[in-house]
Amino acid sequence: MTHAMTQPTPATVAPDALLDVRHLCVDIRTPGGALRVVRDVCLTVARGEAVGLVGESGSGKSMTAFSVMNLFPSPLAHVAAGEIHLEGQRLNLLSAEAMRAVRGARMGMVFQDPTSYLDPLMPVGRQIAETLQAHRFGDDHQARVLELLDLMELPHAAQVARKYPHELSGGMRQRILIACALAMRPALLIADEPTTALDVTVQSGILKLLSRLRRELDLGLLLITHDLAVVAETCQRVYVMYAGEIVEHQHALDLFAAPRHPYTQGLLRSILHPRSRALDLFSVPGGVPIAGHWPSGCRFHPRCPMAQPGICDADAPALVPVGAAHGPGADRCLRADDPQARDAWSQPACTVALP
Amino acid sequence: MNTPDQRPAADRQAPLLEARDVSRLFAIRGSGGLFRPARMQRAVDGVSVVVHPGEVVALVGESGSGKTTLGRMLLGLTAPSSGSILYRGTDIRTLPADAARRFRREVQVVFQDSGGSLNPRHPIARAIALPLQYNRGLDAAAIAHEVDALLDQVGLPPAHFRHRLPHELSGGQRQRVGIARALASQPAVIIADEPVSALDVSVRAQILRLMADLRRDRGLAYLFITHDLGVVRALADRVVVMTGGKVVESGDADTVLDRPAHAYTRQLLAATPVPDPRRQWEATTDTASA
Repeated sequence: MTHAMTQPTPATVAPDALLDVRHLCVDIRTPGGALRVVRDVCLTVARGEAVGLVGESGSGKSMTAFSVMNLFPSPLAHVAAGEIHLEGQRLNLLSAEAMRAVRGARMGMVFQDPTSYLDPLMPVGRQIAETLQAHRFGDDHQARVLELLDLMELPHAAQVARKYPHELSGGMRQRILIACALAMRPALLIADEPTTALDVTVQSGILKLLSRLRRELDLGLLLITHDLAVVAETCQRVYVMYAGEIVEHQHALDLFAAPRHPYTQGLLRSILHPRSRALDLFSVPGGVPIAGHWPSGCRFHPRCPMAQPGICDADAPALVPVGAAHGPGADRCLRADDPQARDAWSQPACTVALP
Repeated sequence: MNTPDQRPAADRQAPLLEARDVSRLFAIRGSGGLFRPARMQRAVDGVSVVVHPGEVVALVGESGSGKTTLGRMLLGLTAPSSGSILYRGTDIRTLPADAARRFRREVQVVFQDSGGSLNPRHPIARAIALPLQYNRGLDAAAIAHEVDALLDQVGLPPAHFRHRLPHELSGGQRQRVGIARALASQPAVIIADEPVSALDVSVRAQILRLMADLRRDRGLAYLFITHDLGVVRALADRVVVMTGGKVVESGDADTVLDRPAHAYTRQLLAATPVPDPRRQWEATTDTASA
């Protein structure tokens, strides 16, 4: 590893960014050659900010998160290009040992299914203490565990600490996993579909907890989900991914008020809510193409109502910055400035009558 | 899809499937001894539910509310501890042999994870062929024809999907196979236990639309077990809200969602995330000023 390469290039690193991902590409090695599943992803998370990363299954959003943690589910996946900076330190050039000191200490991660990440044969309090041991946290592990359980709004912390995972509900297990992730007071928390497996009432509790922790601990939160309603409840900025690329990012207020990319508009229209009227069970037709079989030109064009032959299937659109009411954004649509594209699916986007 | 004109018609018809004051008790594990009776947990406690032909009834409640146990009792998979399940007016325990066969054919199920209910070594055509063979007694040529027709109907081109194994399909595609297999028996009612909660938002709408179309074309009735009130609004005629094994509220879907009477229903509505980020800033300023 050369010294020059470890120097972050100041010009490209946003000064106040906690997490700064630059032009990230992720490849999977296959017998037929490298398969690029994430292409040119740039995203930032500031301290105390919740950022949503949204897309359907197969859009590459989890792969992006795994790159940040360097926790790929398979040894065949690896970061092929790009830079990942956390608190100004470049992560994707660190040795495995140096990375272990960052992972779990400066950033934590929680997953969709808390059960499979907890040891069924160990009381949960000891599992939280294991994180503290691994990172050589002070002396009084017991006190820190109880403090964390309190922070997670779990009543009777001392009793909960002695319980085994199967004695806790799904929501409580997720709180234990969050406690593990936050044990070393990290600056960044990555949550990959943290509430997808939970009931709505439990989900609402976990989202409120994450928002409170973000404010109180000045935590950067990267929330990965396919549910834009969850993003609206929790996040201040949103990135939308499709087929391995970011297709739009905006401040949450702008994205929900005036989504620019037809895909974002489609996702917004497919939200089902008990208070919304005149639902036609809208869904974006078709499905996400399989990695490696990306369409030419704009990767969304086969599913897009705005697609123009000769334009959208020919030129791959770049992510073009746009200024919006609440902050800068960008979109990857050649026809985004067409007045028709404001309402690509030609019906009011997600009409929600609020109480 | 709420089609109000269908509701009065459904009410006039005799119920297709009915749970009459059913309860189900389970022994709490480890509570009994040799001379000590086990403590019992009431999973379902005196519940009555009616499904009319062509009607969509949503059974709403969170994990542990007893909604899945009630669904299993309506399928005849779990016997009620007390009360009875009636199929076209007859207690399913006293159905004569041929009527019992008709009950098992006409009451079908779709699970949350259809992948788990498909044999991983059987191509999906075989999963759909089995009910055609056993429930409908078709011959090989008719089965092959019918499998293709069913795959077509659920939006899976047969030439491309017939020989696929379950692991080669996406979650949404497997759910379509689950629906095709349920349809193979020509059911009158499908009990769907969280059929879309494991799916992406976009795929969710596709599956719900398919189910709504099938209801319109075949006059199918559904008992939809869910905790998602958005799904209820989109599909259900009536809602039954359960908590702690009891029905706490039931009625016309629009009425229950617009004017929830029970505190639990209101809590469920309040917990459903709203796709409007402005609420975040309103909430923050509220706490700041407080």
